Amino acid sequence: MEQKSVKRRKKDLSFLERIYIPEILKGLSLTFKNMIRPKFTIEYPEERFIPSAAYRGRPVLIEENNGDERCVACGLCSRVCPALAIEVQAAETEREQERYPEKFEINMLRCIFCGFCEEVCPEEAIVMSKDYDLTFSNREEAIYGKDKLLVPVNQLQDRIDFLRKYK
Amino acid sequence: MPKFLIDEKEIEFQTGQTIIEAARDHGIDIPHFCWHPKLSVSGNCRICLVEVEKMPKLMIACSTIASEGMVVHTQSEKTLEARNAVMEFILINHPLDCPICDEAGECKLQDYAYSHGEGESRFTEEKNQKEKHVQFGPQVMFDGERCISCSRCIRFCDEIAKDPELTFVQRGDSVTITTFPGEELDNPYSMNVIDICPVGALTSIDFRFKARVWDMSATKSICTGCSRGCNIDIWVRNNEILRLTPRHNEEVNSYWMCDYGRLNTFKNVNAETRVDCPQLRREGKLVKVGWDEIYAETASRIKSFAKDEVAFLGSAHATCEDNYLLVKFARTVIGSGILDFMNHIDPEFGDDLLKQNDVAPNSMGAKLAGISPLKSGLNFEGIIKAIREGKIKALYILEDDVVSANPHLENIFAKLDLLIVHSSNYNNTTALADIIFPAAAIAEKNGTLINFEGVIQRIKPAVVTIDTDRALDGMEMSRLDKFGTNFDRWATGVKRDARASWKILTGLAGALGHKMKFNMAEEVFSEMSNQIEAFKGLDYDDIGETGVKLNVKFLEQKVNA
Repeated sequence: MEQKSVKRRKKDLSFLERIYIPEILKGLSLTFKNMIRPKFTIEYPEERFIPSAAYRGRPVLIEENNGDERCVACGLCSRVCPALAIEVQAAETEREQERYPEKFEINMLRCIFCGFCEEVCPEEAIVMSKDYDLTFSNREEAIYGKDKLLVPVNQLQDRIDFLRKYK
Repeated sequence: MPKFLIDEKEIEFQTGQTIIEAARDHGIDIPHFCWHPKLSVSGNCRICLVEVEKMPKLMIACSTIASEGMVVHTQSEKTLEARNAVMEFILINHPLDCPICDEAGECKLQDYAYSHGEGESRFTEEKNQKEKHVQFGPQVMFDGERCISCSRCIRFCDEIAKDPELTFVQRGDSVTITTFPGEELDNPYSMNVIDICPVGALTSIDFRFKARVWDMSATKSICTGCSRGCNIDIWVRNNEILRLTPRHNEEVNSYWMCDYGRLNTFKNVNAETRVDCPQLRREGKLVKVGWDEIYAETASRIKSFAKDEVAFLGSAHATCEDNYLLVKFARTVIGSGILDFMNHIDPEFGDDLLKQNDVAPNSMGAKLAGISPLKSGLNFEGIIKAIREGKIKALYILEDDVVSANPHLENIFAKLDLLIVHSSNYNNTTALADIIFPAAAIAEKNGTLINFEGVIQRIKPAVVTIDTDRALDGMEMSRLDKFGTNFDRWATGVKRDARASWKILTGLAGALGHKMKFNMAEEVFSEMSNQIEAFKGLDYDDIGETGVKLNVKFLEQKVNA
């Protein structure tokens, strides 16, 4: 009865395994194979990954070709934002749309990149960019104002095309 | 009482009532744009169409008189179909302006489009172009495209303000509203048209684009512009008051308030001129000090005067609680009976609708709380005279800028050895003061005010000070208040280091060795209701949101005595 209970364990090596050399060669062959395989990593930050149009990077505001913002400060992005990252203060302007954001701030420490702001925007004024490289060393720096948020419309064209196709 | 059936529910009505009025009395809301409980019936919006059995067509609920045995359906298929059709017609020329429009969030058209609309527009033609951005008057902006021509604003000017300034021009789909030639929408009640406009066609120039309505909290309070005491909502975002709107109270102000009260009674709260810490005058200069220090210093200075050298001025701008504690402080702590307050009468201010000549909100309350010259025989003028003669050497003023109202007092007050002032803002009186206590403004404290008719009403804090906490003190909270942290710029609005006057007086009494055990304004009021006959049996819950009318005969005796 006692003998039956003895099981052959995995670490009990076979003869070939015990002589070690074939195993070393097996291992080395994998190593050499990988040395000549094409690379998938990139040398960030010298090299940069360029995401596709579907990527949700930091939200930005669209700046029209004449330098005006498209946003009318309706505050829907601020309302829908689940992390309460967006603060908008509207003011009056002479332009046809009457209203513009006097202050538009996104707290990037709060932002969760969900894209709801982009989805709710009635003016297609806030879109998710391809910018994923965000660094700051204190809380104040993490609050992006209009100076950092406004991006010319021609730089965001592929995201806009993507939205029109799938939104 | 006669009865009729509405949605299979039998309701009673008074003879002569329309269907919409009777339904409203029983909590059934029939959609309406042009109908307003206080305006004449116009019947032009057609959204209140209901099905009345045995009538060949649908009837408008706002102008159909209810009659015995009538059977009305407000939710039948026919009614809903008609309502959707009316919405579709109204929306044909209404711009998709909601992102820009200030009314969004409190817009009847938006609400009804959501509940009764189809969601899709079948109208592919061009929408009508009308005049936008027209200034009707000093306070009101008009947008012709948003207007649904309900005529509420026209009827308000004709019937309530009694100053016809607005009218329809053109016909059909080009109909629009304009002021009569040479006229402006500048009656003293003009801003009420903004509240009654069911859409965003009329907007406030003062509030325009300042905030979204869903970002603000609304606190039920009382206007302090005059002794009418109109019921209002105080709208606050980030601890800053952005607008006031009237709140319905049939006994006091109905649905209205005047432009003066709406625009001028809250700006001092946000102003740069706020006194935001206790201050003492040392060697001619005001020095900022802490609360313990100012209590101790005030106590030691006030002790150096004889009882009858100290006079007290209550205030018609402070609450009943503040005035009551001033009386208690003067009588029991100092032992002085020299007490009065200044009346603020502006014979130009009053009118037939709401505005009163007594421009202080709580003259009646100050009197009833016990601020009266009876015991000493020295009234306000008497106190001034005694100061001039040098008999009174110290004066304690509660929340009243008496120097601005009587500029000649500047020289007289210079004779005082000690002038103690409670004030929310710097003014001509604080300029002369030796000790300034930063008093919480009306929008920062609990309390009661009594209007000229003897209606006692509650004020509630809408703005927090260092002394109060929005969540712990049960104040109204917006979404931003609930979730904001100390690191969010939109939740860290300025908090002033101010306290309610009753609290300051309690602290000062403590420093003088008289413990007063009041932690809340409500406790002061409950002592008042035990001590003063006019307030007998009342508490804050009884007063509620719409106030209680005190026994007027009793009040008159008291006032005339």
